[in-house]
Amino acid sequence: MSTWIPESASNLAASVDNITLFVTIVSVFFFVLISAVLVGFSIKYRRKSEDQETAYITHNSVIETIWTIIPTILLMVIFAWGWIAFKELRNPPAEAIEVNVIAKQWLWEFEYFTGKKSLNELFVQQNKPVRLIMRSDDVIHSFFVPQFRVKQDILPGSYQQLWFTPTKVGTFDLLCAEYCGSGHSQMLAKVNVLSPEAFTRWEKGDELEDGASVAAISLSPAERGKELHSQRGCLACHSIDGKEVIGPTFKNLYGKTEKLADGSSVLVDENYIRESIYEPQAKMVEGYPPTMPSFKGILSEDEVTALVEYIKTLK
Amino acid sequence: MANGVMTQTQYIPYLAEKGLKSWILTTDHKRIGILYLITISFFFMIAGLTALGMRYELMTPELDFFRTATEYNIAFTLHGSLMVFFFIVPGIAASFGNFLIPLMIGARDVAFPRINLLSFWIYLVGTAILLSALAQPADTGWTFYTPYSIQTGTKVIMITLGVFVLGFSSILTGMNFIVTIHKLRAPGMTWSRLPLFIWASYATAILQLLATPVVGITLLLLIAERAFDIGFFDPAKGGDPILFQNFFWFYSHPAVYIMVIPAFGIISEIIPVFARKPIFGYKAIAYSSFAIAIISFFVWLHHMFVSGISETAAAIFSFLTMLVAIPTAVKVFNWTATLYKGSIDFHSSMLYALSFIVLFTVGGLTGVYLGALAVDVHLHDTYFIVAHMHYVMIGGTVMGFFGALHFWYQKWFGKVFNELIAKIAWFLIFVGFNVTFFPQFFMGFQGMPRRYATYPEEYISYHALSTYGSWILGLGILIMTVNLLIPLWKKGRPESSNPYGSLSLEWQVPSPPPHENFDEIPTVTDWTYAYGKK
Repeated sequence: MSTWIPESASNLAASVDNITLFVTIVSVFFFVLISAVLVGFSIKYRRKSEDQETAYITHNSVIETIWTIIPTILLMVIFAWGWIAFKELRNPPAEAIEVNVIAKQWLWEFEYFTGKKSLNELFVQQNKPVRLIMRSDDVIHSFFVPQFRVKQDILPGSYQQLWFTPTKVGTFDLLCAEYCGSGHSQMLAKVNVLSPEAFTRWEKGDELEDGASVAAISLSPAERGKELHSQRGCLACHSIDGKEVIGPTFKNLYGKTEKLADGSSVLVDENYIRESIYEPQAKMVEGYPPTMPSFKGILSEDEVTALVEYIKTLK
Repeated sequence: MANGVMTQTQYIPYLAEKGLKSWILTTDHKRIGILYLITISFFFMIAGLTALGMRYELMTPELDFFRTATEYNIAFTLHGSLMVFFFIVPGIAASFGNFLIPLMIGARDVAFPRINLLSFWIYLVGTAILLSALAQPADTGWTFYTPYSIQTGTKVIMITLGVFVLGFSSILTGMNFIVTIHKLRAPGMTWSRLPLFIWASYATAILQLLATPVVGITLLLLIAERAFDIGFFDPAKGGDPILFQNFFWFYSHPAVYIMVIPAFGIISEIIPVFARKPIFGYKAIAYSSFAIAIISFFVWLHHMFVSGISETAAAIFSFLTMLVAIPTAVKVFNWTATLYKGSIDFHSSMLYALSFIVLFTVGGLTGVYLGALAVDVHLHDTYFIVAHMHYVMIGGTVMGFFGALHFWYQKWFGKVFNELIAKIAWFLIFVGFNVTFFPQFFMGFQGMPRRYATYPEEYISYHALSTYGSWILGLGILIMTVNLLIPLWKKGRPESSNPYGSLSLEWQVPSPPPHENFDEIPTVTDWTYAYGKK
């Protein structure tokens, strides 16, 4: 099954997959039936001679009634089944743990009830239901994790909710499914499903020992910077290969003198990069939109250092 | 069926008159049909080329063909809006509808020939506005969803204004066809004898008349919102972003049937002729077009199951969506059953008609996945949707359109194309189409979202396959186009005015038809499908 449907990693996946399988069986049956009849008739009744006998058949009420009723019944079954499973998708259990989700162009922020925050990485505990309370700061986005079979558009000006119980420990892709502009296809994040023990450790603050960050301990600052660059959403706007996406490319950026919007110029050094991460609008390079959010409180000083080191390597 | 052979005392084909003026001021429905055919084909080619560019980009996960993601986003916006608003919505209805409706019902022209020319001119104004917008195209997607379409720095107003103007052309054409079908049928051409293409055109015209004003108003609101910052769709000002989606799909879902119902009509004309059989279940096919047209007004929320609508609304619209599948299924069974005990000739147009049945069945069945609520949650906004709608739009409408081009080619242009090359082109198109779009169903199941300029590595093999398919499809369409264009510059006329032995009225006049079609209005004594009647 895994070749056509992704791994199932939530409590909701099984019921969605069951209906999908039923619809697939019905569809394949009718497709094969129609194709076989069509090909069969095409071969059997192909024109062999100009005066070939044909039958004068205009209609047949019995057959037409039967082939109206059978699809009707099947469609009603599919409708009802789809609805029942949908109810489950839409109604979170009371004990679900709440996480606030803020989607904005083009990153994901998560706020946990303990006060912890994370960026482009959602941490959840295996077998514990989670309820996401989601809002958008700008345009419409959509929360989509294929392995969980959940999706919900996130709107500005209202809260949308979504829930699931992750059943497998691991890291899963979170994709933005509603087109939201130039960074849409880079608006990716990870869902880290942790075992209860690992989750407790993460809650206590030992971030480095958990999930995706676990590998980071042994990495050099530049290597950590490289990970952060893709994980924390920098990549959506800042390329590393010289392409201009939304913001300036990081290639050959370090050591360059940039012309600012106010006419003055600035040398791109460690301090300028740090300032541009924490206060992006302080010194705007000419020709770029002032859309970058501040990463103050989101990226630690250590992480900024790692990013600076990484940018230095991009020659 | 037609009483008496027409006396061709002085046969002057409608194409006889030359010169620019004879075209831009023509009120001849056949010439206006050609004008539409040229314009929609032009946009089909442009939009097709942008699609090839997109597929080329998607061969690898990184951005390598377009310079920025915005360029890719502009490409899919152009592809979608040109294909939908400038090719497939006017499409068959305006080109073949114009050419065929008067001929098929035994009339000399449409009811309002000058309004017909006006429709075309309005269509041209719309396209002119659109072409001027191409200098700075929008990146909103053809759906123009708010608030992104309000917020984006690209130019949205011109392209929406173009679509707005185009709407009037659609409304006037719809009105003209309704009146024509009511008032200008030849004596004896009763409703139960009408060719099914006429029934389909009638259902389409009703949709054009009733649904198009809604998209006009919606786009006008969008323009006002962008130009004057009013806030219909802005929550900060008390507006609602979902309201736009409701408005938009209230038009755009019926529009899907404006696009595909004319193709149903074409298939219902081609199959009986080449199977030499009466269409099976004439009434069921005629009425099902109307059932589909009516129900299509009440299913728009199925585009919004994950937009944040209530559970009850979702359930009601899922139910209504399932209802639309019933008349659609009935049509497929009827077309297939028509082949039974026939004498089937595989003319190129018949090959397109038969592939229509197969591909449209795939399009229809995959629609059932999307109508089932819980399944739609997973598949919504993935490549599954992209594949589904292309199976309906290319597998359905475009196959019908190509079939019609090959079937009525002799009649319309008075020339003959190379049948062998037409069959080779059909084969490439059929194979190329499936290689392009079938892998996208699997990609969608796996979770690949649509409208992604770049994508995670794991989808690369599906994307690469899809891109190879697009080359085969493109080659097929190129060969088909050349094959249909070459004869236009050659001398000579078809040997027979009715080479396939059709009983329909348009085949009883010479190819190409004379200026006012019939010297004498024919009297109809039997239905159009009396093939093999003893």
